[in-house]
Amino acid sequence: MIITLAHYLTVSGVVFGIGIAIALSKRNVIAVLMGVELMLNASNLVLLSFSRFGGIYNSEIAPVTGHVFVVFVLTVAAAEAAVALAMAVLMYRNRETVDLDRISSMRW
Amino acid sequence: MESLGIVIAFYVLSAITIGSALAVFLLRNLVHAIVLLVLAFLGMAGLFLTLSADFIAISQILIYAGAISVLLVFAVMLTPLGSRDNANSLYINIGVPVGFLISLLIGFMAWNTTWDELTGNAIKERDFSDTIREIGNQLLDKHLLSFEVASVLLLFALIGAIILVKEVKKEKDDLITESEN
Repeated sequence: MIITLAHYLTVSGVVFGIGIAIALSKRNVIAVLMGVELMLNASNLVLLSFSRFGGIYNSEIAPVTGHVFVVFVLTVAAAEAAVALAMAVLMYRNRETVDLDRISSMRW
Repeated sequence: MESLGIVIAFYVLSAITIGSALAVFLLRNLVHAIVLLVLAFLGMAGLFLTLSADFIAISQILIYAGAISVLLVFAVMLTPLGSRDNANSLYINIGVPVGFLISLLIGFMAWNTTWDELTGNAIKERDFSDTIREIGNQLLDKHLLSFEVASVLLLFALIGAIILVKEVKKEKDDLITESEN
């Protein structure tokens, strides 16, 4: 038995799919945000596994470029979580609900 | 990646991660869902460790399992008791098939592409004793501009979050308040 790149890509795809299902079908703003975080995590796993297994790298390119990308993804995820949760609190303060089905003032 | 320990660790950690992610979808209580989300993040950190990404695994535990989950719990506590369920909207009829199809597509492509991947000793030859030093070199050398932009992004996110939730004082004379704003 041997673990290859395809194993990691499969796990990442499954987690990404679950994240999309959560983000699309949940009513609560916070639950939708949790789905988005799962999707970001799955993309991190893809970056790291390609950084580990990728054969296109020669010795001139350091094999930690994927790690550097993951650091940036983590930064963006943290910023996004802070702003989105502030928006959720603001939404509750103005509209008395965090139910996305009842936030319909921007629907055309 | 042939050693038996890595194989067992991969399957156990994948099962933990996928099972917890599924439980986040299925559980009815939002606080329970957040706890299971933390478990999914920890399993993902273990998967990063099997890829010998030690620094990223630690960062994952600190940022995701530590900071973001605490933020989520705070946001849940700031919203009313009535909206702490994890209910689905009607879009579940679209969301679940789309998620399933995307998982299927990624899995299909992963197994039907001949990746130019390294195996066996070729991976071990490339290993660092610690990735932190090399990541630091790359961040401050080749990716310096992105590094600075990321810091500016974090600053703006911080300021934006504070401005968004800041209480606006209600004056008695609304006209004055509006003209001031």
